[in-house]
Amino acid sequence: MSHYFTIFFESVFIDNIALTFFLGMCTFIAVSKKVDTALMLGAAVIAVEVITVPVNNLLYTFLLKKGALAWAGYPNLDLSFLGLICYIGVIAAIVQILEMALDKYFPALYNALGIFLPLITVNCAILGAVLFMVNKDFNFAESTVYGAGVGVGFALAISLLAGIREKLTYSDVPKGVRGVGITFIIVGLMAMSFMAFSGLKFT
Amino acid sequence: MSKAKDALLDPLFNNNPIALQILGICSALAVTNKLSTALTMTIAVVFVTAFSNASISAIRNHIPNSIRIIVQMTIIATLVIIIDQMLKAFAYEMSKALSVYVGLIITNCIVMGRAEAFAMKNSVKLSFLDGIGNGLGYGIVLLAVGFVRELFGSGKLFGLTILSPVNNGGWYVTNGLMLLAPSAFFLIGFIIWGLRTWKPELQE
Repeated sequence: MSHYFTIFFESVFIDNIALTFFLGMCTFIAVSKKVDTALMLGAAVIAVEVITVPVNNLLYTFLLKKGALAWAGYPNLDLSFLGLICYIGVIAAIVQILEMALDKYFPALYNALGIFLPLITVNCAILGAVLFMVNKDFNFAESTVYGAGVGVGFALAISLLAGIREKLTYSDVPKGVRGVGITFIIVGLMAMSFMAFSGLKFT
Repeated sequence: MSKAKDALLDPLFNNNPIALQILGICSALAVTNKLSTALTMTIAVVFVTAFSNASISAIRNHIPNSIRIIVQMTIIATLVIIIDQMLKAFAYEMSKALSVYVGLIITNCIVMGRAEAFAMKNSVKLSFLDGIGNGLGYGIVLLAVGFVRELFGSGKLFGLTILSPVNNGGWYVTNGLMLLAPSAFFLIGFIIWGLRTWKPELQE
């Protein structure tokens, strides 16, 4: 059990996908002007990560990995070079399905999340988490926990940043650095403070 | 002719993809602690944006509107796989150093954004030039950040020692922060600041 806690907390704090690996930066900067929208986007990212990472894990284990097609009579086939195109296809399809399902069964949630879901397809945090999952050789259960951890980490980082940016509206920032420039510098400071977590050890 | 020139040169400063359109930042930050990785990444991105723009533009009148995103994705992903396999075959060390970030060119918003905003509306030649221009605009920022980070972080450029560091008996005390994640954010913030002070019409 503690093994799973370790994976979860490491992916939330120590290896925070936004602040240590710089993934999902485009949406991270663009959709962090208000706390409400940031929280919504965070929720959408968690949902998509929890589904796509384990599904891609199954895909990798049973179709792409070297020797994975042994059950179909091809024990020497290695399809892992097709990985990238498969993962992105799966992510796009799942986001689409999720969108349709939400539209049908939870219209209120769909209206709130609607515009963010298509954005998530090209969010590198999703594809990045999948690629790290493949790199780290996780099994199905581990990849589910990892997906949840990455999603929570992203949601945490983006809502913190949105909180700071809301306060920032009242500050007198030099003209040239207003907007995006100061956001980068703030994210840099946040990344520094998150580095303090890297000393944590879970045993 | 001037249109072609604009397509190629505009993205370098006036409409720089990283500093102004805020696209493709993820990889820009992660691969810049050494100049050599930044250069490889630049070449890869120029290749992918140029050819994805050209091929999407070539078939733009035959793509049904409702599935255009998935068509663009497939073309981009194919090009990225080519790059990834080439790196693994001919520069294995480099592909290890870049780890997942080569694959992440697929979701690099520059590629998608240019395909959607430019290649779907313009001729093959212009789109190809626009792809190269945007790839280079991305590369300029990457190389600038990489230059500062490698020079001050480890006293080297392309792995050659420029400022001999203290732990090798030299005089330069290396700035460890430059090799860590946050410095990349600061540097890009400062680059944006500089660019907007130089060209005040770009300020928000």
